[in-house]
Amino acid sequence: MSILSLNNVVKQYKDHLAVNHISFDVPKGSIFGLLGPNGAGKTSLIRIITMITGADEGTVMMDGEKMKIEDQHHIGYLPEERGLYKKMKVGEQLLYLAQLRGMEKKHARDTIIQWLEKFNAIDWWNKKVDELSKGMQQKIQFVATVVHSPKLLILDEPFTGLDPLNTNLIKEEIYRMNREGVSIIFSTHRMEQVEEICEDIVLVNNGQVILEGKVADVKNAYKENKYRLEFDGVLPKKIHNEGFQIITDSDKELIVQLDPGQDSNVLLKSVIESGYHLKSFNEILPSLNEIFIRKVENTNI
Amino acid sequence: MNKLWLVIQREYMIRVKKKSFILLTLLIPVGMGLLMGLSGYMASKSFDVTENILVVDDSGIFEQGDYSSENVSYTFTKEAIPALKETYKEKGYDLLLHIPAFSNLNSETHQIKYYSEEKLGIATIKVVEDKVGKVFKDYKIDKSDIDRSIYDSFSTDIEMENGLVTDGGEDAADQSGKLSIIIGTTIGAVMGFFMYIVIFAYGGMVMRSVMEEKINRIVEVMISSLKPFQMMLGKIIGVGLVGLTQVAIWILLVILITIGMQFFFGVGSDPSAIAGVMTEAGGGDAQAVMASNEVGDIIREFKAINWLLIIPSFIVFFLGGYFIYSSLFAAIGSAIGDDMGEANQLMLPIMLPVILAFMMLQGVIANPNSNMALFGSMFPLFSPIIMPARLAFNPPLWQVGLSMVILIISSLFFVWLAARIYRVGILMYGKKISFKELSKWLFYKA
Repeated sequence: MSILSLNNVVKQYKDHLAVNHISFDVPKGSIFGLLGPNGAGKTSLIRIITMITGADEGTVMMDGEKMKIEDQHHIGYLPEERGLYKKMKVGEQLLYLAQLRGMEKKHARDTIIQWLEKFNAIDWWNKKVDELSKGMQQKIQFVATVVHSPKLLILDEPFTGLDPLNTNLIKEEIYRMNREGVSIIFSTHRMEQVEEICEDIVLVNNGQVILEGKVADVKNAYKENKYRLEFDGVLPKKIHNEGFQIITDSDKELIVQLDPGQDSNVLLKSVIESGYHLKSFNEILPSLNEIFIRKVENTNI
Repeated sequence: MNKLWLVIQREYMIRVKKKSFILLTLLIPVGMGLLMGLSGYMASKSFDVTENILVVDDSGIFEQGDYSSENVSYTFTKEAIPALKETYKEKGYDLLLHIPAFSNLNSETHQIKYYSEEKLGIATIKVVEDKVGKVFKDYKIDKSDIDRSIYDSFSTDIEMENGLVTDGGEDAADQSGKLSIIIGTTIGAVMGFFMYIVIFAYGGMVMRSVMEEKINRIVEVMISSLKPFQMMLGKIIGVGLVGLTQVAIWILLVILITIGMQFFFGVGSDPSAIAGVMTEAGGGDAQAVMASNEVGDIIREFKAINWLLIIPSFIVFFLGGYFIYSSLFAAIGSAIGDDMGEANQLMLPIMLPVILAFMMLQGVIANPNSNMALFGSMFPLFSPIIMPARLAFNPPLWQVGLSMVILIISSLFFVWLAARIYRVGILMYGKKISFKELSKWLFYKA
């Protein structure tokens, strides 16, 4: 079941095609990575999903139904370029934004108080946004994004400008909401965060999807059959290397690549027969970062 | 609808709650009053000639005049001019006046001379010339065979009244006099000027506020919760309500001041009663009676003006003009980023009609029934300034009505037009904006 399903979405601006027949599904309850280099069409895509702009062609379905303007209330959007009314007081501002997303005033107030207490920010209620530090403003912005309990959360670079403590705080909240059933679209350039957080990804470039799937599947699809072996004690001089190539060879570590069609057991067998004391044995999977760079460079040619 | 209401509320409250709003709302009428009082005082001062003049009257005519009620004091001497030229200053006089002998009663001109270190102002010269002329005329009449009373009967004071209005009834007669024209002109000028200020002040407020939202990047958050049109309209209405609040407070203040003045100068609208009160208060001073008479007249004329037409119409024109111009300002504000230079360039075409209308204003007030006035009243970019200025002159009702209809339809059109630009502009960053570009936005799909 998909929370969001895009089908052949097209957005044409005057001189360029920002979104070129894009289709993908965001599984319900997943943390979904929307990746792509700058100018790939991510923002255009997000604006279509949040109904800030309309698509020229194609459909966007939410929960199996064509999106309506009321569905905006089910989406929480944290844009990359943060924005709040600087001269407005924190409490008033959050109340305003919550009410604009269809919350009733009393309920909105209670929810905001809960969130601010959770973030140790209840004292800021009567402070203007201007008076807060960058990190504090980020927290308020996050509260503004989630206050109306959306079922789909779209976070564009949510951790920029946050110190590690606050990053963890927000991350924990994202995980918690995800456990409670909120689907999350996470857009970032920080691939290590994607690997850590996301289950599924889609990679767009030049307005098209160039890669999609589960993070584990994507990594498996791009593995090069490389293994890292670590040893204990003194190493024997020679290893019988039939079916694999040694790429690097140091005192404690060996990186090898299996020949096509070979099984990792062949490698293990010859290592053990050579009298090595194996400490660890790992398959080297490509990082998303490497895959990202490789794919984007390929499609840009 | 509910969201629009929320936006209106916010835009209204953040402005009204500001201390600067409260302060300005109360201070502007006081400031305006002071300014008008001051300029009036200075204008009266410039015609108020108080000179101390030493006169050598060789004709012997001028000495016989009556100088009791003059601001200029004339002192007569028989000393010789050359000596006096050196000493008149030391003696405490501002200038020395020499009136040569006058023998030929039939002569129509007579040259008199003055000696002064400074050049005299036109007002002073005129005052002195008039005075000397009058004394000479009286002298000539006395010397002639003409009876004084016959001569006096030659002059006739003409008062031109509007028969259509005078015949309408007793109350209407109040509007026929010159005073009511003067008051109409004043109210017209004030209203026209007021509209001009309002369009720029509140239009500019809308524009800055839109720019701020764009630069702040709050728009993206906002537009993911409501339509750009709701956001723009909410802002325009909210700021407009702030304006109306301000105007309402000012009207209330004027009414309070008028009532206060009436209370101070006497309760009834009968000028003689007011004069009576004043005479008692002023100890029977003739001038005070005159002054109170005038004040009474002014108050009476003020009350006779058709405020029931003017105030509601004024509010319609205020809103119409405000909607047209503020929506255009909102469109410009959405198109530009933080570049004020670009803003000025785009604002010029909007400001041009306002300035043109303001320039037309003077001619319209001088001649409120001219073709130019009629055109200005109908053309929707001018009418918010021109029509209110004409209201105090009792324009034909069909003109007021037609002007309103055109204005309301046009303001709807301009709001629609601005919204088309706004929804594109508000999300567009880092683009050089031209009018060609803006006109393309009109046809973009949302």
